[in-house]
Amino acid sequence: MNNIPNRKVICDVLMEHAKDDHDIVVLCSDSRGSASLTPFFENFPEQAVEVGIAEQDLVSIAAGLAKVGKKPFAASPASFLSTRSYEQAKVDCAYSNMNVKLIGISGGVSYGALGMSHHSAQDIAAMAAIPNMRVYLPSDRHQTKYLIEALLKDEKPAYIRTGRNPVEDTYAEDNCPFEMDKATIVNEGSDVTIIACGEMVKPSLDAAKLLEKEGISAEVIDMYCVKPLDTEAIIRSAKKTKAVITVEEHAPFGGLGSMVAQVVSANCPKKVLEIALPDAPVITGTSREVFDYYGMNAEGIAKKAKEALS
Amino acid sequence: MSNLKALAYKLRKDTIDIIMEGGGGHIGGDMSVMEILVDLYFKQMNISPDNQDSPDRDFFILSKGHSVEAYYAVLCEKGFLDYEEVKSKFSKFGSQYIGHPNNKLPGMEMNSGSLGHGLPVSVGIALGNRMNGKTSRTYVVMGDGELAEGSVWEGFMAGNMYHLDKLCAVIDRNRLQISGSTEDVMAHEDLFKRVQSFGWHVISVDGNDLDELDKAFEEAKQTKGKPTCIIANTTKGKGSKVMENKASWHHHVPSLEEYEQIVKDLEECRSMQG
Repeated sequence: MNNIPNRKVICDVLMEHAKDDHDIVVLCSDSRGSASLTPFFENFPEQAVEVGIAEQDLVSIAAGLAKVGKKPFAASPASFLSTRSYEQAKVDCAYSNMNVKLIGISGGVSYGALGMSHHSAQDIAAMAAIPNMRVYLPSDRHQTKYLIEALLKDEKPAYIRTGRNPVEDTYAEDNCPFEMDKATIVNEGSDVTIIACGEMVKPSLDAAKLLEKEGISAEVIDMYCVKPLDTEAIIRSAKKTKAVITVEEHAPFGGLGSMVAQVVSANCPKKVLEIALPDAPVITGTSREVFDYYGMNAEGIAKKAKEALS
Repeated sequence: MSNLKALAYKLRKDTIDIIMEGGGGHIGGDMSVMEILVDLYFKQMNISPDNQDSPDRDFFILSKGHSVEAYYAVLCEKGFLDYEEVKSKFSKFGSQYIGHPNNKLPGMEMNSGSLGHGLPVSVGIALGNRMNGKTSRTYVVMGDGELAEGSVWEGFMAGNMYHLDKLCAVIDRNRLQISGSTEDVMAHEDLFKRVQSFGWHVISVDGNDLDELDKAFEEAKQTKGKPTCIIANTTKGKGSKVMENKASWHHHVPSLEEYEQIVKDLEECRSMQG
């Protein structure tokens, strides 16, 4: 069982590159511990900026740094980063086209029992609605590494959401296919398409194994690039299967499910069922308990797939 | 300096012509901010079309982005933009010359429009320039109504925390906002002490007096270890009795009759500058 959370991988990748690239700057809003970025602050104090609990300041300062050629990574809990500083993300980063990478940590229901103030079930919808803002939800630690390395090479704004807890590996260390802005087909199948992002990819893969035992062939797509959405991958898969399921740790509106349904209905109309958090404050519990309660696990996904095929 | 004083009134006329042609504009704040822009662009800042991409240039952010018409007039005079083109296209369908700064245009560093962004963005620019070993200075101009945005005070905190002595914030203190007096809407009566208490060096001047402004900018340059905030006490609608100190002229297009009187008043002011 993997015990390395994706956020720690981000810190490792940034530290590895910061040795040679002095333009990399990490900003935190009293969030260096939560973001696993304390080692970066200790090892690269000249490339680290603390702004205190001030998310608006965090994002505007990051944009200013980008203006003079720095490569800022601003990390703050996804719940605050995608709402408190939403306008700074929109105006200072996206609209002004600054090379700011916004790292939303402890995304979705990572903070479990802390309540709705700390949950970010709106960040995909919010960030994706901003022109010139990209949205990424890497699924495991290996993909996170490739994604951050790819993002270090471009000069455009992006929002990246990671969870708080370690997630089981979807990929093997030596076998993590990654192409920037192209979804990864994790499992090929022909009866039903399951499209997931972030922490929901692994349970979707597990669901495909359960379905296989019942003679159902499920294709699983890791849509880590929610925006720009890999529409070709969706259409290709949806055309060959009978139904599509989407799975996301997000509200039922404006997230992956809405986007996939848009693409499928316009290109190859068929049933799209979505698994998402409810349009309500979520039940109290750990991430795992919350996922189980709402059917956001292998069994729940398999059940939904069979429902779509029936 | 007398040439620049006259220039400020010439640019006010240019600004008003842009507004007349475009059929809209934040005329009151355009008039109050003019001397600040003129001193920065024609006296203080190391910025011109020749060095606009140089990392060694000085940086300017118009946080009160609605004063863009005055900014257009200044950038045209400075050679960044073509005045006739700006005037004919401002606010027109499909135009790049919109009602707030647009950084796709030469000379404009960042987009603004929503208030309370410029100061923290400028903190980032000043911090980044220091990291890059540059001696560039960063200037940001805010309105006083804008000070009600909490993010401004986040910026004041960070400017102090990082001792950004190459950062200079200017507050266009014209004491009027769209609903009326700033002191009735959200008071900043002890503004000098407020900003000072955030650890900034604060200078209060007549913001429509180029000599006083210029002296303040020089003092800011000499101030080490902390950023400077210049409270520029200005008159909204400065230049003509038709519009001076009238909240209703925050966003207003003069009638032809008003226009003629304003142009006459501006010309009179200009001729008095020697």
